[in-house]
Amino acid sequence: MLEIKNLHAGVKGKAILNGLNLKVNPGELHAIMGRNGSGKSTLANIITGRDDYDIISGKIEFNGIDLNEMAPEDRALEGIFMSFQYPVVIPGVNNTYFLRAALNAQLKHFGKKEINAADFMRLIREKLKLVNMDEKYLSRAVNDGFSGGEKKRNEILQMLTLEPKLSILDETDSGLDIDALKIVAKGVNDFRDSTRSFIAITHYQRLLEYMEPDFIHILIDGKIVKSGDISLAQEVEKKGYSWLES
Amino acid sequence: MQKGLAAAEPLFQPNYNMSKNQQIIDSAIKQEYEYGFTTDIEQDTLPPGLSDDVIRFISAKKNEPDWLLDWRLKAYHRWLEMEEPDWSKLKYSKIDFQKISYYSAPKKQKKLKSLDEVDPELLKTYDKLGIPLEEQKMLSNVAVDAVFDSVSVTTTFKEELEKHGVIFCSFSEAVKNHPSLVKKYLGSVVPVSDNYFGALNSAVFSDGSFVYIPKGVRCPMELSTYFRINAAKTGQFERTLIIADNDSHVSYLEGCTAPMRDENQLHAAVVELIAHDNAEIKYSTVQNWYPGNPKTGKGGIYNFVTKRGNCIGDNSKISWTQVETGSALTWKYPSCILKGDNSVGEFYSVALSNNFQQADTGTKMIHIGKNTKSTIISKGISAGKGQNTYRGGVKIMKGAENARNFSQCDSILIGDECGAHTFPYIDVRNPSAQMEHEASTSRIGEDQLFYCNQRGVSTEDAVSMIVNGFCKEVFNELPMEFAVEAQKLMEVSLEGSVG
Repeated sequence: MLEIKNLHAGVKGKAILNGLNLKVNPGELHAIMGRNGSGKSTLANIITGRDDYDIISGKIEFNGIDLNEMAPEDRALEGIFMSFQYPVVIPGVNNTYFLRAALNAQLKHFGKKEINAADFMRLIREKLKLVNMDEKYLSRAVNDGFSGGEKKRNEILQMLTLEPKLSILDETDSGLDIDALKIVAKGVNDFRDSTRSFIAITHYQRLLEYMEPDFIHILIDGKIVKSGDISLAQEVEKKGYSWLES
Repeated sequence: MQKGLAAAEPLFQPNYNMSKNQQIIDSAIKQEYEYGFTTDIEQDTLPPGLSDDVIRFISAKKNEPDWLLDWRLKAYHRWLEMEEPDWSKLKYSKIDFQKISYYSAPKKQKKLKSLDEVDPELLKTYDKLGIPLEEQKMLSNVAVDAVFDSVSVTTTFKEELEKHGVIFCSFSEAVKNHPSLVKKYLGSVVPVSDNYFGALNSAVFSDGSFVYIPKGVRCPMELSTYFRINAAKTGQFERTLIIADNDSHVSYLEGCTAPMRDENQLHAAVVELIAHDNAEIKYSTVQNWYPGNPKTGKGGIYNFVTKRGNCIGDNSKISWTQVETGSALTWKYPSCILKGDNSVGEFYSVALSNNFQQADTGTKMIHIGKNTKSTIISKGISAGKGQNTYRGGVKIMKGAENARNFSQCDSILIGDECGAHTFPYIDVRNPSAQMEHEASTSRIGEDQLFYCNQRGVSTEDAVSMIVNGFCKEVFNELPMEFAVEAQKLMEVSLEGSVG
């Protein structure tokens, strides 16, 4: 699914990732843990192709396609999704309209017929139930006036609607109370299958208690210093990160 | 996107997405325009310059009565004493009014055989706007098959209006056929000495539209300038007069979304609306004149318009809706005088300035009657090096008990070289007035665009999505077919505004 080889990358010319390697196979959930400034969000932004984030050397391949030089929207259309740490407010743009435009962009990309408004409403109502969201959110502007938890659930709603191959969950647990966290985790868990992959980026192992990751990677100074299973996350929770520093 | 446009002939064009019947009517009327009416009088073009003689010439050419000539001359003499206003935010080099020709015959354009002969850039724009093929042909002056007898269609259209007693004709025809109405109302809302450009228009106006809706009549169709029977080019100094008598209703559409190019750089129109007791006038404009070269700003139209409505009767209502995307300079403040008790004034505006465009637009609401109410919704969009100014005045006069105003002025900025400015003036002389003013300025940010991109939406689609969301309240006020076009127009006008 995703293969990152010896990646050196940064933002506005400043190197942040220093020789990162990562391989994510279909069906796997990888958790990336690390302190603030360790390069977690940079990694997410590099994979999704955000402006100002550049690859210095190394390679990122997604299902055999070199992602470098690929526009962010094309990466999205190919099936890379990011649940934003800080979902963006778009005043005046109706949430339903936005999500249907996104879905239709994807359908069009694959040469399929666009979904009409009525069919889309049927689809979205099903998805809303999965994240325990009220229909009233559909008629509001994208993330406008949403609480932190509502925004995160809206991200998961988008993921469930767009059905990406690779989902990057950037600090999806931050700002969530325990009930919202359970809903979000359930949304992700129900969506997991042998064809989809996930990268969960987080500070804490809290989210991981509900998500059962296959691998834990510890990121320090832009490099994965240690990988392991869930027990590694528990160890970090107990001991912190300093014992992993060289 | 606007480069290399062929000079399109009429100043006003049909709106699109019309019903089949309307399209047939259009093409038929268009046929008539191509071949008839305006060519029967041999017309000349005056050399540049403005003087008493020029005005006498214009008036004589139009066989105008003496009172109208005197009115024009009075306006001209007032104009001579006036100074070109400099209070707007618009920056342009002074206009040399002696270099303008004030009378020119509409030029016959060369007929093209097929769309293959039309500038492909222009066709691309038409496609983006969703203009049907047949209409593309009409717009670009390609011969269109006559669908049916044009005279009979025109007659049907006229008959329908006549049945209801509605008068809808060119201004010149109105002067000939309805002189008492013209005499009574011309200049009654915008007096000759009102402002510099209004005075100039009064002196030299070429033609325009005249509408009279009799008492108790609800006009059976949306009136579009395009349907004017003698739809000749009205030129750069257009004059429009709309009178809605007691208990009547009319919706009037002006303009079109297709890019318009005109050899006259200066346009100074005057529109006067009069609403009597319980009457309602809805006036919608879509303006997409040539904004100038997108790289240099050269060649764009200067649009100095005076639009004002007088709610002279009790319970009357005047509503202005405008979508201004064209012109290099826009100087325009459609206003309402709320004289009648319980009268209502509304102003809904979207103004876009991209590249080198400058817009200084807004409204004035003058509350005179009791319980008068006004609503102002203004949406300014600036992109490229565009400068967008909202300038609005709300005046509550002493006798205007319980007047209410709600104003909302929002600006959106795209990129970091453009500007948005807001100048709301409020003058309250009656303590019972209730005023509300809301304003916001926002920017289409990198983060919003990336968010859309990350969901698979291209940057261009994202910008138009965000801008259309921003303009929704105003678009909702437009007649249906205009609203759809307006959305597409925003997309086309914003093309290339984000790197």
